[in-house]
Order: sequence, then structure tokens, then C-alpha cells
Amino acid sequence: MEMPAPDAAILAKKPRLVAALRAVLGPGGVIEDGVELRAYECDGLAAYRCPPLCAVLPRSTAEVAAVMRICHSEGVPVVPRGSGTSLSGGALPTADAVLLGIARMNRVLETDYQNRFIRVEAGRTNLSVTGAVESQGFFYAPDPSSQLACAIAGNIAMNSGGAHCLKYGVTTNNLLGVTMVMADGEVVEIGGAHLDAGGLDLLGLVCGSEGQLGVVTEATLRILATPEGARPVLIGYDSAEVAGACVSDIIKSGILPVAIEYMDRLVIQAAEAHVHADYPDCEALLIIEVEGSEAEIADQLGRIIEIARRHDPVEIRESGSPAESEKIWQGRKTAFGAMGQINDYMCLDGTIPVNRLPEVLKRIGEMGDAVGLQVGNVFHAGDGNMHPLILYDANRPGDLEKTEALGADILRLCVEVGGCLTGEHGVGVEKREIMTAQYGADDLEIQMQVKDVFDPDWVLNPAKVFPLDVSAGRRG
Amino acid sequence: MKMKVTSEQDLAEAIRAATGPLKVQGGGTRPIGRPVEGEPLEVGIAGVELYEPGALTLVVRAGTPLSEVEALLAAEGQRLAFEPPDMRAFLGTKGTPTIGGAVAANASGPRRIQVGAARDHTLGMRFVDGTGRVLKNGGRVMKNVTGYDLVKLLAGSWGTLGVISELSLKVQAIPETEATLLGHGLDLGDAVAALARALGSPYDVSGAAHLDGGATMVRVEGMQGMVDHRAAALLTGALAGWERVDGAESAALWRGVRDLAHLAGTPAALWRVSLKPSDAPRFSAALTAAGLQHGGVYDWGGGLAWLTLDPGLEDAGATALRAALAPFGGHATLIRAPAAIREKVDVFQPQPAPLAAISRGLKQKFDPRGLLNPGLMG
Repeated sequence: MEMPAPDAAILAKKPRLVAALRAVLGPGGVIEDGVELRAYECDGLAAYRCPPLCAVLPRSTAEVAAVMRICHSEGVPVVPRGSGTSLSGGALPTADAVLLGIARMNRVLETDYQNRFIRVEAGRTNLSVTGAVESQGFFYAPDPSSQLACAIAGNIAMNSGGAHCLKYGVTTNNLLGVTMVMADGEVVEIGGAHLDAGGLDLLGLVCGSEGQLGVVTEATLRILATPEGARPVLIGYDSAEVAGACVSDIIKSGILPVAIEYMDRLVIQAAEAHVHADYPDCEALLIIEVEGSEAEIADQLGRIIEIARRHDPVEIRESGSPAESEKIWQGRKTAFGAMGQINDYMCLDGTIPVNRLPEVLKRIGEMGDAVGLQVGNVFHAGDGNMHPLILYDANRPGDLEKTEALGADILRLCVEVGGCLTGEHGVGVEKREIMTAQYGADDLEIQMQVKDVFDPDWVLNPAKVFPLDVSAGRRG
Repeated sequence: MKMKVTSEQDLAEAIRAATGPLKVQGGGTRPIGRPVEGEPLEVGIAGVELYEPGALTLVVRAGTPLSEVEALLAAEGQRLAFEPPDMRAFLGTKGTPTIGGAVAANASGPRRIQVGAARDHTLGMRFVDGTGRVLKNGGRVMKNVTGYDLVKLLAGSWGTLGVISELSLKVQAIPETEATLLGHGLDLGDAVAALARALGSPYDVSGAAHLDGGATMVRVEGMQGMVDHRAAALLTGALAGWERVDGAESAALWRGVRDLAHLAGTPAALWRVSLKPSDAPRFSAALTAAGLQHGGVYDWGGGLAWLTLDPGLEDAGATALRAALAPFGGHATLIRAPAAIREKVDVFQPQPAPLAAISRGLKQKFDPRGLLNPGLMG
């Protein structure tokens, strides 16, 4: 993976730029020291690192606007950052960029239970949005795995999902409005406490635009009444085909679980070694959770188990208590960490049509075998959002490159069977160069033309999303 | 001369060859917006590309009649969750609503509050922009964040940015049963408060509406036991004393809300106002105080007000209605009024200057020659 060479002219004006930024943010709002900047050199895609020119930590929308005015007039790229948990390098800086971290903006601005929304500063973490309303019996639905750390700003930039979006949708389905600072520092309000747009749906366009159209500083989010209860069932199968058929039958039956999670043998074994969740040693494990009153849960799980039995499972374990539920979920929730105990890994994020699951899993296995890399699979089966984890050794020369090549091939496979490159992590830098697998030249051109409208000088996060050669003429 | 295109290729060629404005339409059942002077271009690109009930996915060409889509899904026990309204009875239009038209209008019914709008169920699309480029965005899978979400932008753009040729849609299983809880004799303030209590409950309400001078309604859907549990919980709690109706009777009530049966048969001007639900009573009072007598259907817990105004008002009430709405935020669209009025008022809510500039900029990129429904959205 390459990043554009830094612009020497910008590097040369660092002292003037830092002084101008300090004048509006105060001394504590600008970080320019090389050691301190290391904290901002990468995000969750830690294989790539580059400290920014400097980092700024504004405390208000007005301060963000001031930063953008300065950077815009100086022609300096700005890389927005929420909590830096992006798995696609969305917050990876370049050496000539100002990194704009929004973490200090984390206040709750308004809660309205009658109209069921909360307005927050966008640096607030995902889980703490729910934390702010749960005492009143409400929650914020999108739940990315990183929800303890990740910021709403980043969730909006990447249109983040999570395990429970099968029922509740992803960020864009739960976002009502934003306050956004444009590339030139102008502050705009899009949407609000009401539903849908009065004109073009600019909110839907901004959500998922990876920090390339504006810097979101505040967000109005839909909150929902907490369900009466929730309980999972664990189902083990001897083959991926059968597990896939079971998932398809459940979906078709009309039961709407809040989550259908899938783990393959490699991940099951890793999770077992890591947290001893008492998972069966089998080819495919499903964790299916439903919500409602106790009677409703029993009814739904009963129907799911009936469907599951028709496919001859090796194990069915219905949770009967909060402790059992926690145990069933524990292995899944720590699966990524468990895989990390085995080796370094690269986490992919393609989505495929649900009915192609068995075939794609088989081919992924074959592709891994062909290049001598192990691939584990743990993912949201209900919506076909796969997370193949390619195990590799970062210290072995050539392994990372081999892994990246396999990753790209797997994502191309996802597109080939009717899916897409990324279901919830975003394109960032990671999938930038293979965007052409999914989109033709015109399809990319119209997207870049959208950026031209919002950010004519391509100041915001310019080296992301689009293949570098495709965006070359537009970037400064 | 009216053109009807039946393939994506013909559509692209027609747009490339056009020398003047085109009036783009699907079934022509929603004559909404500023009247467009232009050559009619009817999108008759019809047919089902792919339907996978087990993946809840339908890929269909844009000119396919909505009724055909719904029949196809119903045969597998599925439906379009966003409940697109059929405005023909109210608007007095003929023709056949198409799936492309419904998405281009982001037309969503009562269930929008629970499951989202048409835009939320559109997974991907193919469209032709004003330069004649055939473009695609999104896909046919449930989760997709690959590149910008132009699907949302095109949904609700009324054919002004591009002409949709094909859609991928997320569909939903038809639940086992439904029930509606009915409250009677409530004024708007009490009705909206009751709807908020129901919507703030954990009982997964899928409809919450109030008919001016009529009933207040809350819908629950699901498996029989689930519906019974939720209805009972609401009837002993948030909606104590309300009446329960089931099945077909319940479904008919919501078709009525969806298609504005309560307001049909009047010559009135019709406005569609989206606002914060709890503001609906005060907004209604402000209208009355401004001398605008109105009838209405309040859907989405009060957040969507369909309002009928005196057809004799020279601007269909636009100035006074938007002045009354201004303190609350939200937006108002003039859905029905004589063309002479729609020509001179802002049919869509005027945008703040920076957003209007972005919208103009997007129109310029997607349709630099200004061919596609020019002026329709203002």
C-alpha cells in the first residue's frame, strides 16, 4: 500500500501553520512534538503508520471551523479522526496533513425521550450514547465491535454496523441529523429531529463518506426503547453448507433475530483456547439471538430450534439464564482477540448474498491453502457480512504482502458472487486500489464529482476511498 | 411527443440525444413539484432481474408496476416493508405506480417509523444521469459501505439527478398477524402524547397515527403470541381503555392511513409536513392562529402531518404555513395544488443557503445540461 509523497512546500510551512492553529486553539489544542504525534500515526489498521504534520484537538464546532478555514486557505490536507479505531485506515495521516481529532467533543447536548432522539457531540463514544439514555429504558442501536472506544463521528464517516443491525439497521438508518463543518470552514446543519429530507437527501450522502465531504461535529441520533429481554441459542453443524441453509431457512421463515453470528472451526478452536466457552468442536457454529418478553423469546427460539433440528445439528444449546447467555456470547465477542493470540491477522469485511455463504467459505479455504495462509471466518451471517481473518506473521518478510494479495482476491470473490468489498469497515486506504473491482470508471467519477461539490480543493482526507491514480488529477 | 423507453440502453440514448428538457416519469401517478415544461420521458423498463426470498433480496427494473412487485413478493410471503403509498385515489390520477417512481419519490408509509423509508430499503441501483452515463451504486447485499451512498441521494430526488433504471431492494417477511389499538375522541395533543407513550414502549410499534376528528391508532405486527402480548401490555399500560381490532380489519385501517383515505374527495390543497412529533399540536395551533383552517392525518406519531388547506388560498397557504412551521424546524412540501400555484410557490421546502448551494452543485454535476425534470424541486 502506498500513500502519496508529502508536499515539501507544506512541510516547509509547518511553523507558520502551527502558530496559526495555536492562535485559535490555544497551546493545548495543537500537538506538534514528534513523540506525542506517534499517538496519531495510525488507526486500527496498524500495519501502516505515518505521523501527521501536526494534530489538533478542538473543543467546539467553532474551533473545528477555525481549523478548517486555516487549512483550507493554506492548502493543507486535513485527516479527520474519531477514536482512531478504523480497520481500513480511514484515519491514517500523511506527513503533510493536519490530523483533526474530535475526541474532546464528547458532550450530550440534548436528550428527548418523547421524540426518541439524542443529540451529541460527535467525539462521544458509541457505547456512551447508550450509557446516557439506558437509565430511562432506551438504547442506541448500531453496535460495532469497537463500541467501547469508537466515536460517533467515525461511525457516521464509515456508516458503521454491528452484530445487531440485522434488526435495527446500520448508522445511516439511525441518524437523523448532523452539524458539519465544510472544507472551507462553513458550518451547515443537515436534518434534525424530524424524519427525511425536505430536498435532496444530503444526510444519506454524508453518512459513509469517510470524512471526505465534511467534518461532522454534532449528531442527532434515533434512540429506541430497550427490549424486555434477549436470549441466544448456540447451534453447531458439521458443514458450512448445512449451517448456511439453516440461516437461509430462518430468514425466510419470517422470524427476525437481532443477530445471527457465524464462526468456523479455526475461530471456534481459537475462542475455546482463549476463554473456554465450551463450544462444540465442529465446522460451523451459529449464535442466534432474539428479543422480546420471556414468552416471545421462548416462542421465537422454539421456532428457530425446530428449523435448526431439520438440518441435523451436532449441538443445540439454548441459553436459560443471563450467565449462560454471557457464556455463549463470550467466545464470539473475544474471537478477534483469540485469533490475535495465534498470530497477526488481517480482518476483511466483504459482504455476499446470504445464499452464497457455503460456496464462498469453501473457496476462501482453497485460496488460503493455495498460498499457505490460514483463514478463519467469524461474521454476521444474517446479512452476509463476512469477516475472514487471514493469519500471518508480521515479522516474516513477504508475509504481509502475501496476505494483502490474498485479502484482495477474497474481496474480489465477494464482488464476483454479487457482493461488495466492504460491509461496515469502509474503504479507507485498505480497499482503495481495488475499488475498480466493484465500480467502473464512470461510477467512480460521479462519486469524485460529488466530492468536488463539497470539497473542490480536495482538502479533506484526500488519499482515501479512490484509487490513487484515479484521484491523482484532483489531489493537490 | 411522448417517449417511452423500455431498456436501459434506450434510456441512455434518449438522454444523450435530448436537446431540451425531459419530463421524467414512472407511472405518472405522483404529479408533484413545480410543473416541468419538457418532453415526457416515461420509464417503461420493466421486469424482475432476480428474486431470492432466502436472502430477502429483489432486483427489479424501475418501470415494473408496484402491484406486480407486491404480488410477486406476496406469493413468497414477503412484502416491501416501507409500505409505499398509492396516491391515485387522493390525487385523482390514473396510471400505474412503478417501483422506480416510489423510490424516486422516497415514498414511505406508516411503517417508516419502525423500519425506515424507501431509501433505507434500497440496497443499490442503476441509473442514467443527465449526460447519458449509465451508472451503478450500492449493490444487492444488506450491508455495503463501498464508496459514497448515491442510492440515498437518488432516492427522493424525483428524477432530477438521474433516471433510475434498476433497483435492488431489501424485502421483509409478512408477519403472521397484526392488531391495531384504537383510541377515540382524543384531541391532537392527547393523541400525540399517547402515540409517544406507545412508541417509547418496548413493544415494537409499527404504526402510530391520528386522524383529525377521528381515531388514534397504534399497530403491532408479528407472530400471534407476540402480537397478543404486546397488545395486552399496551392496553393495560400506555393505551389503557383503547379498543383492539385484528387482521384484515387492522390492515384496512392502515391502508387508509397510507393512502390518505381520510382526506380523499376534497378539492383541498394538500401539504406534507415533516416535523418533530411533539411539535405537531403546537404547529397545528399556530396554523389556526394564522387563520389557516386545516384537516389532517398525523402519521409517524405526529411527525408526519398531511394537511388539507382551503383550495381558494392564492399560494395554497405556502407563506403562512412555512412561517408557522419555521419556529419548529422540519420541512413542508406542497403535494397537491393547481399547476398555476405550483408554478409560483416553493413546492419543496426552501433550503438554507449553504445546502441550496450544495444541491445546485450536485445537480450541475449529475445533469450539467439541466435536462432532467428541471425546476421540479425548485
